Amino acid sequence: MMKEIRIHGRGGQGSVTMAAILAISFFDDGNYCQAFPSFGSERTGAPVQAFARFSDKPIRTRHQIYEPDFVIVQDITLLKSVPVYKGIKDDGKILINSEAPVKDVINELGGIKEDAVVMFPALKIAMKILNKPIVNTTLLGAFSALSGVVSIDSVKKEIENRFGSKLGKLNAEAAQTAYNYVKGDKSGF
Amino acid sequence: MKQVLEGSMAIADGVRMAEPHVISAYPITPQTHIVEHLSQMVADGDLKAEFIMVESEHSAASVVLGASACGVRTYTATAAQGLLYMEEVIYNIAGMRLPVVMTLANRAVSAPINIWNDMQDAMAIRDTGAIMLIAENNQEAYDMHIQAFKIAENRDVMLPVIVNVDGFVLTHTFEVVETIDSIDKVKEYLPPINMEYKLDVENPYSLGTLGEPSVYMESRYNMYNAMKYSAGVITGAAKEFKDMFGRFYGGLTDAYKMDDAQTVIVAMGSVLGTIKDVVDELRETGKKIGVLKVRTFRPFPEEEIVNALKNVKNVIVIEKATCPGKGGILSVEIRDSLFKHKINTVNVNGYTLGLGGRDITPKNIKDLVKRAEKEENVDGEFVGLAQQYL
Repeated sequence: MMKEIRIHGRGGQGSVTMAAILAISFFDDGNYCQAFPSFGSERTGAPVQAFARFSDKPIRTRHQIYEPDFVIVQDITLLKSVPVYKGIKDDGKILINSEAPVKDVINELGGIKEDAVVMFPALKIAMKILNKPIVNTTLLGAFSALSGVVSIDSVKKEIENRFGSKLGKLNAEAAQTAYNYVKGDKSGF
Repeated sequence: MKQVLEGSMAIADGVRMAEPHVISAYPITPQTHIVEHLSQMVADGDLKAEFIMVESEHSAASVVLGASACGVRTYTATAAQGLLYMEEVIYNIAGMRLPVVMTLANRAVSAPINIWNDMQDAMAIRDTGAIMLIAENNQEAYDMHIQAFKIAENRDVMLPVIVNVDGFVLTHTFEVVETIDSIDKVKEYLPPINMEYKLDVENPYSLGTLGEPSVYMESRYNMYNAMKYSAGVITGAAKEFKDMFGRFYGGLTDAYKMDDAQTVIVAMGSVLGTIKDVVDELRETGKKIGVLKVRTFRPFPEEEIVNALKNVKNVIVIEKATCPGKGGILSVEIRDSLFKHKINTVNVNGYTLGLGGRDITPKNIKDLVKRAEKEENVDGEFVGLAQQYL
């Protein structure tokens, strides 16, 4: 069974890195995986997409993801210009980095059900732990908790591999805090 | 070891296993990561090679030409405009019978300026005398690079080998690749380079000198024959690789679900993955459909293609390149092959998709399967155009 994840962000927010970490985490969990960018012209600030797939079987298909099981939105301002909700499956979920309540953005989400939307204060957590407005690793922790399709241990391991000891540990902590937050434990926050 | 690698990293690691002595590099998207990774490997001491940064692609090709002429193993990589700038030198490398291996991260050619994937660049150099292999996925790309050196350096081939990998679609995709742990095993598969004719100060020799009308044609004929001969060497290299490392993707072509197929899709490169998934889906509905993968564009696998397609009703050729003033390229060569063998019962339709990074979707492919049965002699027609830009 293949699942597909589409990540929306802006150039410089680390969406491609996020997809790559996700793919390697899927692999660590025993799956086949694939991650790729939307191959834009990679200007800082421009809307970008990155894609990740995982499956218990080798993945052959290469097309972009039009009917995602999960959507992750790094920057809420994208909702005004990019139809991030497009093609999302009926039982799909959309994770948005924002402290705003769902009702504030639901009109910009093309009529998807309210309970399919998860608003998550990733920026707040990232600022507290990393002291930087980079939310990709925090969102990965939240995604792990929300989706249940990738283990937080694998996500943390790959974050540490990717960013080295000091930065890696901090980012892994951000992911764990986000994971706990979604699971209802807001103590580290 | 099975690991998740970006395509560029898998390619760089495959090249590392072949231990080239000289690597020249001039970065061009989407090839850049490949030479970056190799440069890192050299800097870290993981690859003992001379890494030469140059000021243009023309120089990148010239450096490997010169180094190869001295009898060492050489590698470079490029894409699109860079390849076109190299083309003059590639003719020379082939004409001088130098076994350079090169990655071509397939990309559209300007104008309009476009950095994204298609195979137009590869089609521009099809007559240079370089062997052209095409990888479907990053595992095949990794394995194919190791095979490429073996093919190029075969005493009776001695031609450059260009390994085509779809730019971005493969080079920038992370997926599971099984790398080879033992470099000694690769050495066993790929013995040290041993060139019979090379530049050597102890034994002075000239290469690439003037070929007067009295000898030029013979020189080209020898190259032409070497290219023909390489077909068996390519298949042999694939089989030997299978025996040693367990992985095999076919020789010059590869058949997928073709046994009873009445409709067959023919394509090259990464789009085959999407096509195979669609074919599985159509098979479940009872459709007798299969896929013929072309792994080698030069030498052109005429016999294999004719044998695979002669009893098929409908052939759909999906191409990511076009020939203005004619139409298809691969489809024309397939039709020619069938015609030469006096087979006129196969309906060959060629379609142009995916130019300049346009995504090829499962729906595109399913639509073509429906269309192709009603159409005849479609010659590279463009599919999926946006009417407002016409």
